[in-house]
Amino acid sequence: MTLPPPPAPAQPGEARLSARPPMPTAPPAAHAQPGEARFSARPPMPTAPPPAHAQPGGVLARGGPPMPTAPTAGPAGAVARRPLNPERYPRTHLPGAEAARGPQPPETRRNLAKIRREDLLRVAGAASAAVAGAFWLFTQVAPGRGGLMFALTAYALFLVFFVALISLDEDRVAIWDRVAGVVIHSAAIVLLAALAVVVVFTLLRGSEAFKHLNFWTEDMSMAGPLTPLTLGGMAHGAIGTLIMIAFALAISIPLGLTCAIFLAEFPSPFARLVRTVVEAMTALPSIICGLFIYATYVLAFGLDKSAFAASLAITIMILPIIVRSADVVLRLVPATLKEASLSTGASRWRTIWHVVLPTAKSGLTTAIVLGTARGIGETSPVLLTAGYTTFFNFNPFSGPMVSLPFATFTLVKSSEPTQVARGFGAAAVLMAMVFGLFWAARKLGGKGAGVLSPRGQRRAAAASARDASRFASRALRQAVDDFEDAQQQPGPGPLPASPGGAR
Amino acid sequence: MIKSAPPAPAPALGARQPRPPVGQPPGSQPPLGSQPPGSRSPGRQPESEPGPDRPRRLKAANGPADRVFRYGAHASGLIVLAIMTLVGVFLAIRGAEAISQAGGRFLTEQDWEPNSGRFGIAAVMFGTIAVALIAIAVALPLALGTATYISEYAPTGVRSFLVGVVDLMAAIPSVVYGLWGMFWLEGRLLPVAEWISAHFGWIPIFKVDRFDPQDPLATPTVFTASACLAGLVVAMMVAPIACSVMREVFAQAPVGEREGALALGASKWGMIRSVVYPFGKGGIIGGTMLGLGRALGETIAVYMVISPIFVINWEILSTGTNSVSSLIALHYGEASNFELSALMAAGLALFAVTMAVNFGAGIIIQRSRSGESS
Repeated sequence: MTLPPPPAPAQPGEARLSARPPMPTAPPAAHAQPGEARFSARPPMPTAPPPAHAQPGGVLARGGPPMPTAPTAGPAGAVARRPLNPERYPRTHLPGAEAARGPQPPETRRNLAKIRREDLLRVAGAASAAVAGAFWLFTQVAPGRGGLMFALTAYALFLVFFVALISLDEDRVAIWDRVAGVVIHSAAIVLLAALAVVVVFTLLRGSEAFKHLNFWTEDMSMAGPLTPLTLGGMAHGAIGTLIMIAFALAISIPLGLTCAIFLAEFPSPFARLVRTVVEAMTALPSIICGLFIYATYVLAFGLDKSAFAASLAITIMILPIIVRSADVVLRLVPATLKEASLSTGASRWRTIWHVVLPTAKSGLTTAIVLGTARGIGETSPVLLTAGYTTFFNFNPFSGPMVSLPFATFTLVKSSEPTQVARGFGAAAVLMAMVFGLFWAARKLGGKGAGVLSPRGQRRAAAASARDASRFASRALRQAVDDFEDAQQQPGPGPLPASPGGAR
Repeated sequence: MIKSAPPAPAPALGARQPRPPVGQPPGSQPPLGSQPPGSRSPGRQPESEPGPDRPRRLKAANGPADRVFRYGAHASGLIVLAIMTLVGVFLAIRGAEAISQAGGRFLTEQDWEPNSGRFGIAAVMFGTIAVALIAIAVALPLALGTATYISEYAPTGVRSFLVGVVDLMAAIPSVVYGLWGMFWLEGRLLPVAEWISAHFGWIPIFKVDRFDPQDPLATPTVFTASACLAGLVVAMMVAPIACSVMREVFAQAPVGEREGALALGASKWGMIRSVVYPFGKGGIIGGTMLGLGRALGETIAVYMVISPIFVINWEILSTGTNSVSSLIALHYGEASNFELSALMAAGLALFAVTMAVNFGAGIIIQRSRSGESS
């Protein structure tokens, strides 16, 4: 019951088995080669596992057999005393089974990133030399190029100077390492900078239009191409977008999720066929969805272009996306959970409704939200099927209705700066919608099947501990009753009280 | 920094009772701290490692609710299959009408005049593939670099933030990228295109006939609305998609092999090149092909920046290119019934290409060492 004494300086053979003391760090190889020796010069990390079995809970539970007296104080106390690291929280509380802690956590990666002073100095030196050199080139040698050209030239010069600087005091291996590091960093910077430019540029150009309040509340019915930005707005586009995506989701969420359940839960050759076709259809270019609805709904059936037609086109586009990602998420639900539910006698659909869907909830939400973001932003299905209007239209079944991306697309083709500004404003609002959806997806989803947040985990553990102590106190009461019964019974001899059997 | 190493090989050690350490009286229970993790429960039989969970085939009597549910699920699968097949079959039937009219010239003819019987997808398909290839040529290094940065170089704290940013970038509507290409990139790209054409004009695809670098009055307007511009815009759209596939695969590269490479004296780049990239090869190829599939089907961003022509234009820097989806967006409005069939035939050809690319990507990702779990 006591904590183990610190392991004695053991024999070499035993040292592998016992909780190892941290390896004595090798003295840093001071006189090592500059290139490769960086790694050997790093003090080796102690890779001994943290002695998991030295935890108070484990030690406590290990000593005693599952006596009915122990758990009343045991489980609650153990939960309270456990370290507050959320990853170490067990989800469920099994009285007396704490020694079997479940699988060990997988290997985690250590962060080996290390910034060396010389590297920083080299980068700074090469960068300043490159900027100066490019400046000299652009003012003295070949004047009058654009900013993008300047950046490209400066980057090329930077690489050259950087390689030259390293090669002064490193060998070939180190040169490759540093240059690869710099190139990889710059690729990431370029991609992120491009994203920043796209977002900031759209917001800046759009702010001309959306800083006016009327942009958010009015439609374009009173505003021609020449009217100033203080009149007219894009509210009709926002309404149209919301109506279209609402109809598309009303069809594709039930259908897509049921289809995904079918694919994941009823494996059969037919399900494989459906999965193959769905995967093929994720490749369907969005404009072809629009063309299909245009050719059938509008031309063959002779119905008007309307928001409903557009939402049908969007449905065809996002349905395969939702089915596919939901199918992937559902297949990640552990089979043990399903079998546990089935083994309690639950029927198939109850298992899916009460076990599979709640377990996969966050992943399913992500699948739906990402499909929605895709559907909201897509212009081409709407372009062919919704028609263009400058009015509010709340009827999805008749009359043209415009969506934000389509309005952007139409407005920026105009040569009037106010129209272009309105187009940018609409794009900015659309982008804000997508960002909001995306934020929601990250907030709700992003976790694997059955993974709880730290708070949820604590809650689950507390509930489980409550249950365990309730069971334990009931068992204790039962045992006491049995014992009293045995005492009162004037039997021929002392009956063996068997609290274990009574449970 | 200190990570928990993998548990010691449990069955082998657990089968043997460890000797009590020196100093302990024999017969007393060995202290818990000195026990290997595998021998937690000495009373339990040392059994062989259980296999992974596999769904078992279950046979049970179904209640009525269960039967309804089963039929409902099958019905929804059937409906989705029906919708998807309907789209495909409809496209195929309507497209076949036009293809049978045009015959083999459908693939070689550059013009698009369905009413006079001269129409083909040579020019538009060439433009589509050219734009997609340029996009991939730009996006692949960017995506590879960014994915490597996120999984190998980025500080742990910002890693999840960067993952979010890149995924967000994949969700930005294409019309926004179109705006960016149209209003921001085009003007800035002109001097670069001019410089490339002046200095690398000896490479056939960079040559622009209508531009003479010696002429001081030469106007850079011949470089507007080029395939290169469209390719760059599409590259920005597909790089995040390719990047997130690659990043997921790189993150799965086994820690033991990474550390083994480092322990053998590899530099960081050496470790990436000899462990991470070979492990993630399937992800790199698959992600690139997924991006390519998206690039081929992209409509609006391309339609906004190009000026459509119906000739095969090998000069990727000069004005004029085309793509199948822009063709559809441009012509659907005033199309007669037959013209619509011709557009559907073009769409069908595009669909065939994107589907082949996507399936190829899927197969490559699945077969690779890293793709078994995805």
